[in-house]
Amino acid sequence: MRRGSAVRGDAGSKREVRFSLRSAGSRCGSLALAWAIPGFAAAAPPIAPDSLSEICDPSTGLPMPAIPTMFDPASPPAADIEALTWLLFGICAAIFVVVQGALVHAIIKYRARRRDEAAGDEPRQVYGSNPVELAWTVIPVVIVFVLTLASVRLIRDIERTSPPEGALKVVVIGHQWWWEYRYPDLGIVTANELVVPAERPVWLELHSADVNHSWWVPQLAGKMDCIPGHPNTLWFEADRPGVYLGQCAEYCGNQHANMLLRVEARAVDGPLGFDAWVANQQSPPVDDDSTTPGRDVFLALACQSCHDIAGVSEGAFGPNLTHLMSRATLGAGVAPLDRDSLRQWVDDPQTLKPGCNMPSLKLDTNQLDAVVDYLASLR
Amino acid sequence: MSTLTTRPAEVGAAVGGEPLATRLHRWAVTVDHKRLGIMYVLSGLVFFLVGGIEASIMRAQLARPANDLVSPEVFNQLFTMHGTTMVFLVGMPILLGMGNYLVPLMIGARDMAFPRLNAFGFWLFLFGGLLLYFSYIGAQGLYGTAVAPDVGWFAYAPLTDRTFSRGNSTDYWILGIMVSGFGSIATGLNLVVTILSMRCRGMTLMRMPLLAWMMLIVGLLVLAALGPLTAAQVMLLFDRNLGAHFFDPQEGGSAVLWQHFFWFFGHPEVYILVLPAFGFVSEIIPTFSRKVIFGYPLMVAATVAIGFISLSVWAHHMFAVGMGPALNAFFSAMTFMIAVPTGIKIFNWIGTMWGGRIRFASPMLFATGFVAMFVIGGLTGIMLAMVPFDWQVSDSYFVVGHFHYVLFGGTVFAIFGALHYWYPKAVGRMLDETVAKWSFWLLFAGFNLTFFPMHISGMLGMPRRIYTFQPDRGLELWNVLSSSGVVLQAAGVILIVWNLLRSARKGAVAGNDPWDAWTLEWATTSPPPEHNFDVAPTVGSRRPLWDLKHPEDPDGRYE
Amino acid sequence: MAATSDSLAAAAPHAEEWRPARGRTGMACLIGMECFFFGTFIVAFLFYVGKDTTGPTGKTCLSIGPVVVWSICLISSSFTVVAAVKALAKARKAAFEFWLGLTLLLGGAFIYGTVMEWRGLMLEHELFISTNLFGSTYYSLVGFHAFHVVLGLTVLGLLWTLSKFGHLGPEDTERVELVSWYWHFVDVVWIFVFTSVYLIGTGILS
Ligand code: HEA
Ligand code: HEA
Ligand code: HEC
Ligand code: CUA
Ligand SMILES: [Cu+2]
Repeated sequence: MRRGSAVRGDAGSKREVRFSLRSAGSRCGSLALAWAIPGFAAAAPPIAPDSLSEICDPSTGLPMPAIPTMFDPASPPAADIEALTWLLFGICAAIFVVVQGALVHAIIKYRARRRDEAAGDEPRQVYGSNPVELAWTVIPVVIVFVLTLASVRLIRDIERTSPPEGALKVVVIGHQWWWEYRYPDLGIVTANELVVPAERPVWLELHSADVNHSWWVPQLAGKMDCIPGHPNTLWFEADRPGVYLGQCAEYCGNQHANMLLRVEARAVDGPLGFDAWVANQQSPPVDDDSTTPGRDVFLALACQSCHDIAGVSEGAFGPNLTHLMSRATLGAGVAPLDRDSLRQWVDDPQTLKPGCNMPSLKLDTNQLDAVVDYLASLR
Repeated sequence: MSTLTTRPAEVGAAVGGEPLATRLHRWAVTVDHKRLGIMYVLSGLVFFLVGGIEASIMRAQLARPANDLVSPEVFNQLFTMHGTTMVFLVGMPILLGMGNYLVPLMIGARDMAFPRLNAFGFWLFLFGGLLLYFSYIGAQGLYGTAVAPDVGWFAYAPLTDRTFSRGNSTDYWILGIMVSGFGSIATGLNLVVTILSMRCRGMTLMRMPLLAWMMLIVGLLVLAALGPLTAAQVMLLFDRNLGAHFFDPQEGGSAVLWQHFFWFFGHPEVYILVLPAFGFVSEIIPTFSRKVIFGYPLMVAATVAIGFISLSVWAHHMFAVGMGPALNAFFSAMTFMIAVPTGIKIFNWIGTMWGGRIRFASPMLFATGFVAMFVIGGLTGIMLAMVPFDWQVSDSYFVVGHFHYVLFGGTVFAIFGALHYWYPKAVGRMLDETVAKWSFWLLFAGFNLTFFPMHISGMLGMPRRIYTFQPDRGLELWNVLSSSGVVLQAAGVILIVWNLLRSARKGAVAGNDPWDAWTLEWATTSPPPEHNFDVAPTVGSRRPLWDLKHPEDPDGRYE
Repeated sequence: MAATSDSLAAAAPHAEEWRPARGRTGMACLIGMECFFFGTFIVAFLFYVGKDTTGPTGKTCLSIGPVVVWSICLISSSFTVVAAVKALAKARKAAFEFWLGLTLLLGGAFIYGTVMEWRGLMLEHELFISTNLFGSTYYSLVGFHAFHVVLGLTVLGLLWTLSKFGHLGPEDTERVELVSWYWHFVDVVWIFVFTSVYLIGTGILS
């Protein structure tokens, strides 16, 4: 059960206290796991080793874990929680073993034998025992006290009321069924894919435009709800560049299942770096003569009433399309963003995401090709 | 004056000679707590089959990723109706119904305190349930497409606002639950009054069977929890139909307030669903261990403590809502605390078995299964109370796993145990033991196969209430395991139903006291006469029948 | 095995034990349930005080003067109903009907007050349940209270009629007393409603 340490080591050295708590937790957890119930033990291997094998995200080249779980944390809140999880597993597995052990023992040892039944008389009647009952009241009290302390301490560590120093501020707005991201300090508005620099804290302000949603990327932090009229905050700091996946975790209606989350933590520099991304997002949309017909169709149809393309249209009901093609996925993750699926989407989004809030505008083939050409040019 | 003799003539088919219409009429107009209890249980079981079929369809849909067996709309209705049905139309009525049947017998009363109110409560429950299901036909008006409620069993605002939930389906949800809620209030009130006011001579509070104690607390919790639910539902109804703004964020209304109101009801509700189960188990384990319950006074104290604490932990369902560190810490601490009285119960049950002479007849199998499974569910509950951990797994399948362990492994197992235990009393015939054992093991295996993997898929990142899940996130295996367990569960349920139906005619005649038990209900005939006892009983200890069977060593002196 | 025996009935003799009366326990439970019901509406009202996005609100459109008068009526009706119960216990029919009648009048006056207040709010201030949060919380809280007062008045009226036709005697004292409990409860709730709506909601207490 030593699997986690190789990856976690570097993050841990930065945070002395947390590291010790974590390793104590996982040692304790592993110990318990080693002889705990088969269920828990069976659960462990698939969770961890797999998630450590990483694959490459095709569009960005960033590493991406095969299984994006809370057991492969990439940010301090998630790492703290993972450490706590092993501690919790340990304690609960120990209680489980003691209680079920006693139960099984009673079942086996005190099972009626035929000869007892024949004898007909009853076993000794024990009405209670003050010391014993006191013991099994006080011991749980102590355990519960320890758990409470652990809980309170970690709440205090994780749930910040003000942004960490130097944090990048992003406003998240949940919509049925897509995400809007605004970078107030950078003047960027984008959708569905959150791009952040690695190794810099990020401070999210969570809002909702309609019903409750919940922002949950297990590798970065626990979830936090997006509630209309009740702004929340959440922070994380990606330890390493990578693509981190998640999805909306509060039931928000028809397409709740397809309201996926994708966070790209990029190195600051380089052609695929965060700064380059920011520069691109801040630039005006591509305006290429060859796509003017598509733009005209876009403006002539209802598209412009729902979608914002900087300098072109100002709709606010749907995702901002200014730099659509800088994204890797379409419709909050239902399909990869390539020409084919884009065409299918514009033709009839309901075929890709049945129930979503964008209607099919029934374009004819010419219009369709023109609009798709235009959209495909929005890098 | 040997008045309490067996009445073989009444066993099973006492009314067999009458025409069907007469018999139905007698059931329809009855105010007898035993008949009402039986009707509660039967209608609850029918709803259980319905809710189980809904669950089976969900599991079929989730058996593989990107499945399209049902549409998202249908799936969302399925889990809403499944959750609502199981909580309000299965758990509550069966438990309150069994309380109805058993409490007067166990405390030596002739009937419930208010028999007519009792009948009224039952019919309210039934019509509320039918109203809820009528939504499948009438939710958009009789001429439109029919849609059942699809807002989830806790119907979070503002998804329930007119803007997001058109048509009438949410109104059906509100009204159906509200009407059956009035029924529960009536029954809860009736239980409290019966237990306080109708005990037979010698039955002091501290001599009551533990089941009566649990039912007393349940009755009080029903009174405390259903008022706020009704009030919140009235507000929602006003929002939807009169244009009020209670939960309308556009006008300053608060979506979070609904959550507080709902869970102020919702958390006590889950203890309403488990305390009676604790009661059943507290009766079954001593009988089949042949020992007096271990630590009766502490059990009573623990029950009362659970009742109180359960009123102050509701916001543990809202750790991800952004309540702030102080409130999160407070509710976390309160929630942990409830492990102590619950643990006391678990330990006292094991203590009762310790040194006993345990007979694993079917009720005891279910009761033992209950203890084992409930401990798992309780421990995952404790994990959820750890706020930072909950931030990760809240609203994920981990929670679904948790609450099925406590609700199915806990409540439903205990209900089945109780059905097997008291069936001979109510029907006068024994259930088939072989079939009963098969159904237990099928259910036990199927239950674990279905619900254990859910913890893992939840921790791997699978949120609940999704009609389809992403491939390639390591979720396929766990979901297909979950889905396959349902087959075993269904087989177990079918066996139980078959056993219940068949044994009513074919089972061996039970006699008054087939399990050699110690509480008062076993002192009257099976089934009991309409007035329960020919002579009002008097008791001198917690186990009146022990005293009778062991006159040389009665219980009273040890209490 | 058959444990059924008459000895259950013949066990050690017991002194007659005390059991709370059915009716009283039932009424106490009902009242307890109602407390939670009203509590929820009061919480909602207090939670939303001052959170309206548009007027009119309690500050601008509630006048406390008349309400104090009607409240005094309602509160004093608690005393008259006690007098009525006492009279009934002593079999003084005329006094019973007098006190009960007075209770009805006082309760009726309170309802009249509510009606007038609502009329004013709707006609002069154009405040409806759909206007704003204050409208929603105010009408539902005060409305549910008024509804309970009307329920109480109906039952009291029924008792008065029964008595007029000679169907009520001292043997019914206990039942009438239960109704009076309910009436007291409605009064006590009013004290909380009054404090929330007319003192806190208007900013007099804040
Ligand atoms: C029968 C119903 C039932 C019962 C009994 C419980 C019991 C408990 N539940 Fe559960 N719960 C539900 C039904 C139930 N729950 C449902 C339906 C939901 C989801 C609702 C929804 O969202 O749809 C839910 C959700 C839920 C949540 C919210 C999760 C989320 O949505 O994020 C939490 C969080 O704290 C929680 C905690 C607990 C705890 C601490 C207990 C405790 O009472 C458990 C106590 C028992 C034990 C701990 C085991 C025995 C004790 C010992 C052996 C002693 C030694 C132990 C220690 C010292 C720890 N439950
Ligand atoms: C007592 C309560 C209870 C019980 C017993 C169950 C029992 C089951 N539950 Fe349920 N469940 C809830 C309470 C309960 N549940 C609640 C409260 C929710 C939350 C809802 C929400 O999110 O809003 C939920 C949610 C829930 C979900 C999550 C849905 C989602 O989030 O998307 C799932 C998914 O697998 C599920 C599955 C099951 C299964 C497989 C069973 C099985 O154990 C069922 C076994 C029964 C059968 C298989 C029926 C057998 C019947 C037959 C074979 C028919 C024979 C027919 C005739 C003779 C007519 N349940
Ligand atoms: C009624 C409003 C509406 C109209 C009209 C509309 N859209 Fe959309 N559009 C949406 C919404 C809402 C979404 C997000 C859907 C989702 O993911 O659930 C969306 C998503 C998209 C996306 C995917 C964006 C992303 O980042 O994933 C594209 C591309 C798009 N629309 C293009 C168009 C084009 C082209 C037209 C006109 C032919 C159009 N839309 C008309 C509302 C609209
Ligand atoms: Cu958004 Cu679920
Ligand atoms: Cu709870």
